[in-house]
Amino acid sequence: MKAFPIWLILGATLTFLIGPFLIVIFAGLSAGEALAFPPQGLSLKWYAKVFTVESFRASFALSMFLAVFGTLAALILGIPAAYALNRYKLPGAETIRTVVAAPIIVPGIIVGLSLLRYFVVPLNVSILVALFVTHTALVLPYAVRVVSSSLNNLRADMEEAAVILGCTRLQAFIKVVLPNIRGGILAAFILGFVASFNEVPASLFLSGPGVRTLPIDMLSYMEITFDPSVAALSALLAFMSVGIVFLAERLLGFSRYV
Amino acid sequence: MSDAFVSLTDLTLSYGKTVAVPRLNLDIKKGELIALLGPSGCGKTTTMRAIAGLLTPSSGRITIDGRDVTRVPANKRGIGLVFQSYALFPHLSAFENVAFGLRLQNLGRDEIQAKTQAGMSTVGLEGFEDRKPAEMSGGQQQRLALARSLVMEPKVLLLDEPLSNLDARLRLEMRNELQRVQKETGITMVFVTHDQAEALALADRIVLMKGGKIEQLGTPAQLYAEPSTVFAADFMGFENIFATKGDTLVSDKGSLPLQFQSTAEQLAWRPSGVAVGHGPYTGRVVASSFAGGHREYVIDSALGPVKADASIDISEVVIGQELAFDLPQSTARALTK
Ligand SMILES: Nc1ncnc2c1ncn2[C@@H]1O[C@H](COP(=O)(O)OP(=O)(O)O)[C@@H](O)[C@H]1O
Ligand SMILES: [Mg+2]
Repeated sequence: MKAFPIWLILGATLTFLIGPFLIVIFAGLSAGEALAFPPQGLSLKWYAKVFTVESFRASFALSMFLAVFGTLAALILGIPAAYALNRYKLPGAETIRTVVAAPIIVPGIIVGLSLLRYFVVPLNVSILVALFVTHTALVLPYAVRVVSSSLNNLRADMEEAAVILGCTRLQAFIKVVLPNIRGGILAAFILGFVASFNEVPASLFLSGPGVRTLPIDMLSYMEITFDPSVAALSALLAFMSVGIVFLAERLLGFSRYV
Repeated sequence: MSDAFVSLTDLTLSYGKTVAVPRLNLDIKKGELIALLGPSGCGKTTTMRAIAGLLTPSSGRITIDGRDVTRVPANKRGIGLVFQSYALFPHLSAFENVAFGLRLQNLGRDEIQAKTQAGMSTVGLEGFEDRKPAEMSGGQQQRLALARSLVMEPKVLLLDEPLSNLDARLRLEMRNELQRVQKETGITMVFVTHDQAEALALADRIVLMKGGKIEQLGTPAQLYAEPSTVFAADFMGFENIFATKGDTLVSDKGSLPLQFQSTAEQLAWRPSGVAVGHGPYTGRVVASSFAGGHREYVIDSALGPVKADASIDISEVVIGQELAFDLPQSTARALTK
C-alpha cells in the first residue's frame, strides 16, 4: 500500500506524456468531419486524405530536405568544431561553446524575426536559402554537443599512434577518429533531424508563397480547414520520429549518446 | 661518440614556459636496450615523445642513424612507439591493428598478409587475428601493441612504461618476452620505467633521470653497485644513507661514531650490507618482517631508524628487544651529494 502514491505519480506522468499522443492518433481515426475527441466513429479516411493534399506533399518534401541536408551541413561544420574544441587548448574555448549553444537558448521566435528583418529582407535572400541557413544553425548545437561528448571518450593517444605508424593528421582523423565516433555522429544526426523537422517558431517567419515547412503548412491548413486530417498527419509524423529513434536504438544503442 | 645510432644533443623540451627537460645529452648505440629510469614526473615520457617526433624541442638536436631528424614529422621518422595505454584501435581487429601501418605503405596484399602474420606470431598471438582489442587480456593487448610497432621495422622502438599496466606475474612474463624479441630482432630499444628492478633486469644501460636531467648513466651492474649520488643510491636500494662529519655519522635524529676513516660526504648501506647480531652499535628493534630468505628489521638507533636484513639462521629478535649491529666499511658506498 505504501507504493500507491508512487504508482499514482508514475501513472499521472505517463498520462501527460503519452496522453496527447494517443488523443491525436484517435482523433485522426474519426469518421466525422470535424476534429474532435472522442472521435465520432472510426475510419482511416483522414489518414488516407493526408496523402492527397498537394501542399502537404510539397511542404513535407521541403521539411525532409531541410532536416536531412541542414543536419548534414551542421555536422560538416560541427564535427571539426567539436574536434578543435576538444583537442586543442583554444583561447576562449568556453566562450565559443556558449556561442555555439546560443540557438538552443535564444527563443526561436527571436531568431526568426531577426533573420527576417536583418538578413532576408535587406539582403534579398531567397526564403529557401534563409530556411536552410536557419535550420543548419539551429541544429549546429546538437551536432557540437553530441559529437563532443563522444570525442571526450576517445583518447588522444590513439591518433598519435596512427601518426607514428605513418598517417598524416588528417588520415589519422579519418581512419581512427571518425570510425570511433560514428555512433555519436549518428545520434547527432537523429537529434538534429527531429529538431529541424519539428521546428516551428523560426520557420514561421521564413515562409513565402509555396515555400513552407510542414509544421507551418499544418498551422495554416488548420486556420482554414478544421478536419481530422491534421491529427492524422501529426500521428504519422510522430510514428516516423518514434520509428527512427527505435531503429537507431536497435542498431546502435542510441541512448548511450544522448 | 662515433658509434652513436641515436644522439640527443643539448635537447631542451618545454611545455609553454615550463622547461621539463633542460639540455639533455644522450648517445644510444645500435641494437642497445636502454632504460630511462626515474620517478614520476622526471621527464621520461617527454623525452620519449621528443624522440618520436610528437613534441618539438625548443632547442637542441636529435639525430638517428646519422640523419638530423629534429624537424622531421613523427610520421616520417621511422620510429616505433608503444604507448603506456597501448593506444590500440578499438574499431579494428587484432589483425587490422597490426596491418594498419603496413597498409599506409605501397605494399602488395600478400606482403601485408605475410608481414602481419609474422608479426603476430613473433609475439605469440596466432589465432587471435579476428579479436577486437576489447576482447583481449591486458597481456595480449600489450603484445598486440608491440606487434603493431614491430611490423613497421622501426629503426628505434620506444616503449613507455610498457609493463606498468600488467599484474606482477604477467609483468615478469612480458619482461622476458620483450628481452627475447629484442635479442631476436636486434632492434634498438628505449624503454621507460619507474621500476628499478625492471630496468636492472632488462637494460644494457640505464639512464637514471631526476628533474629532467641525467643523474647517472651506466650498466645495471654499475648503477647497482656504484651509485654516485644520494638520489641514485636511494633509487638503487641503499636505504640507509647518512652524512659524515669528521669521524661521525650524522642524521637529523642523532649521530654515531664512524668505525673507519672516510672523506666521503655521505655514506650509504643497503639493508643487506648492515651486519646484524654483533657490532659496536645497538638499537631497539621496532619492526620485523619475514621476507622468505631473510628477515627485515628496522632498528631504532642513536642515528635514527636503520634498515637491516638478517639471515633467518639467526634466531628472531622480537620487537622491543635490543639488537647489536654494524655499518661496516666493506659494504659502505661513498656518495658525493
Ligand atoms: N602536456 C603537458 N603540459 C604541461 N606540462 C607537462 C605536460 N606533460 C608533462 N608535463 C610536465 O613535464 C614534466 C615531465 O613529465 P613527464 O615527461 O610526463 O614525466 P614522466 O614520464 O617521467 O613521469 C612534469 O613536471 C610534468 O608535470
Ligand atoms: Mg610518463
